[in-house]
Amino acid sequence: MITANPAPGAGTEARTGSSPVRAVPRRRKKRQWLPYLLLLPVVVAELLIHIVPMLIGVGMSFLGLTQFFIRNWTKAPGVGLDNYRFVLQFDEASGKALLHSFWTTVQFTVIVLALSWALAMAAAVWTQHAFRGRGLVRTIFLIPYALPVFASVITWSFMLQRDNGMVNHVLVDQLGLLDERPFWLIGDHSFWALIVVEVWRLWPFAFLALTAGMSSIPAEQYEAAAIDGAGVLRSVRWVTLPNLRSVNQVLLLVLFLWTFNEFTVPYTFFGRSAPEQADLISMHIYQNSFVTWNFGTGSAMSVLLLLFLLAVTAVYLLLTNRKSSDA
Amino acid sequence: MREPAWFVWSRRIGLTLLCLFALLPVWVMVTTSLKPLGDVQGEFRWFPSTVTLDAFVEMWRTIPLGRYFLNSLVVSVIASVASVVLALLAAYAVSRYRFRGRQLFSVTVLSTQMFPGILFLLPLFVIFVNLGQTLGIDLYGSRPGLIITYLTFTLPFSVWMLVGYLDSVPRELDEAAAVDGNGPMGAFFRVVIPAAVPGIVAVLIYAFMTAWGEVLFASVLTDESTRTLAVGLQGYATQNNVYWNQIMAASLTVSAPVVVGFLLLQRYLVAGLTAGSVK
Repeated sequence: MITANPAPGAGTEARTGSSPVRAVPRRRKKRQWLPYLLLLPVVVAELLIHIVPMLIGVGMSFLGLTQFFIRNWTKAPGVGLDNYRFVLQFDEASGKALLHSFWTTVQFTVIVLALSWALAMAAAVWTQHAFRGRGLVRTIFLIPYALPVFASVITWSFMLQRDNGMVNHVLVDQLGLLDERPFWLIGDHSFWALIVVEVWRLWPFAFLALTAGMSSIPAEQYEAAAIDGAGVLRSVRWVTLPNLRSVNQVLLLVLFLWTFNEFTVPYTFFGRSAPEQADLISMHIYQNSFVTWNFGTGSAMSVLLLLFLLAVTAVYLLLTNRKSSDA
Repeated sequence: MREPAWFVWSRRIGLTLLCLFALLPVWVMVTTSLKPLGDVQGEFRWFPSTVTLDAFVEMWRTIPLGRYFLNSLVVSVIASVASVVLALLAAYAVSRYRFRGRQLFSVTVLSTQMFPGILFLLPLFVIFVNLGQTLGIDLYGSRPGLIITYLTFTLPFSVWMLVGYLDSVPRELDEAAAVDGNGPMGAFFRVVIPAAVPGIVAVLIYAFMTAWGEVLFASVLTDESTRTLAVGLQGYATQNNVYWNQIMAASLTVSAPVVVGFLLLQRYLVAGLTAGSVK
C-alpha cells in the first residue's frame, strides 16, 4: 500500500502499445496538458494540507513556540537546535520520559505485529478451503475492523473496569483464577490490556490481506506438493508462505506504521491520560504539547518521530527488496 | 487436498475461539445497552435483569448526542465526497496517462499516509489560530476547519484505492468510447465512471468510516458546538455517574450504520483495501 509496489497501473503501457487502435498514442501526445489539469486540484490540496503544514511544522521545531506565541507565531524567537537538545536530554525528566515512551512503543509494536500476523495467518489458512459456514466466519472477522474505533474501544474499557467489568467478573467471580481484582486501565497491566485491544482491532486487516493473497495462489502448486507427500504444515511452509512474500512485505510495513503511530485506541481506551506503562509515542507528544503548550518541543519530537519512521521504512524496503531480487 | 482430522478439529476450535474474541465486545455492547442503570453499577451481568430501552431514550439527554451526531455526519459526508471527487480526477490521470512526474506524484501521495497525524496537527492548529487572529478567518473550532484536516488522511487513500479500481476498468471501454467520438473527458464521464461505480461507492464508504471514527484532530480542533461523536462520547464518563448503559446504547447507535454499510459493500471494500498488497 505504500511505496513498495510498482506504481499503480504499471504494465498498462505494454497493453496500449499492442492495442490495435493506433490513433491512441498520437492523441495522447497532443493532449499532454490534460493529466496535469486533472491532477491540479489534488496537487493544490496536497500542498495546502500536507506539504505546507509539514514545512511549517519543521520550522516550528526551531522556534521557541510557547503558549505566549501560539496566537502570534511571527513573534516567536528562533532557538536553533535548542528544542532538539531539550527533548533529547536523556538524563533529565522530560528526555527520560520520551525515551521511555519510545521503548514502550517499540515493544508494543513488535508484540502487536507478531500476534496480529500470527492470528491472521492461522485464520487465513483455516479458511483457505471452502467449508460450510466459511462466509459467516469471514464476515464475523470483519466486524472489529468495521466498528468505529471509538465505539469498540470504549466497550473494551467497560469490559476491563475493575469493579463492574466483564473480564474481572470472569477471572475472579466465575473461574476463580485470581483472588484480587486487578486494575487493567492503570498500572503494569495497562500495557497488556492495550495490546489485546489493539490486536483485536488490527488482526482482521491482516486477515483480509493474507486471504486475498492466498486466493491468487494457483491450486496446481498445492496439488504438486500433495503428490510429493506434503501435509498441511509442509504445504503452508513451501507453497503458501513463499507465494505470500510480496503481500507480507507490504502488510508488515503498513501494520508497523499504523501501530507505531497509534493514537485513537490509547486515547479512547485511557480517556486522555495514558498511564506511564502504556504511554505510546503519539499520545506522549500530544499530551506534552497540549499540557505544556510548548509547540516548539512538540514539533521537534514529531520531526524526530518522522525521521525514525522514514529511516526504518527505507532500511526495511532496501533489505526486503534485495532479498527478493536475490531469490 | 484431503484435510487430516487434526486440521479439521484445530480449525473448528481455532475459528470458534477467534469468533468469540471478535464478537465479545459486540455482545457486551448490545446486552449492556438493554440494561437498566442498576445493572451496570454493580457486578457485571451477562444478561440484563430486565430488558429496557431506557438507555436509548436517555442517551440523547445526558449529553447533546444529537448535535454531535449531526456534526459528525456533516463533516464526514463533506470530507469523503470532496476527497472522492478530487481523487477521481487525479486517479483517472494516473491510471490512463504516462506523463512526467507521475511517479513522483504517486510516491508523494502514498508516503504522506505513513506520516504521524500529530506531525500535521500542531502546525495546522497554529495556522488555524493565526489565520483567525490576523485575517479573521475562523477555522479553529469550525466545521470547515475540521473538514480540511480530514482531507489529510481521506485524500491520499482515496487516490490510491481509486487508481486501483480505475485500472481494473478495461481500456477497451475507453477506446470504444473514443471510436464513438468522445474526447478523453467524455470517455471518463460516460464510460469509465459508470463502470467504476461500485469501487467509487466503496471508497466513499471507507473515507466516510475513517472520518467518522477520527479522534486526534477532532479532540483539539472542535469546541462544544462543533464536537463530533468520536470525542463527544467521552462526555458520559465525565459526569458524576458513569452511564455505561447509555454509553453502550450510543456506541451501538453510531456504529450500526457504518457496520451495515461496510458489510453490504464488503466485497468491493476488501478488493480495494487489499489491492495494494496483492498487486
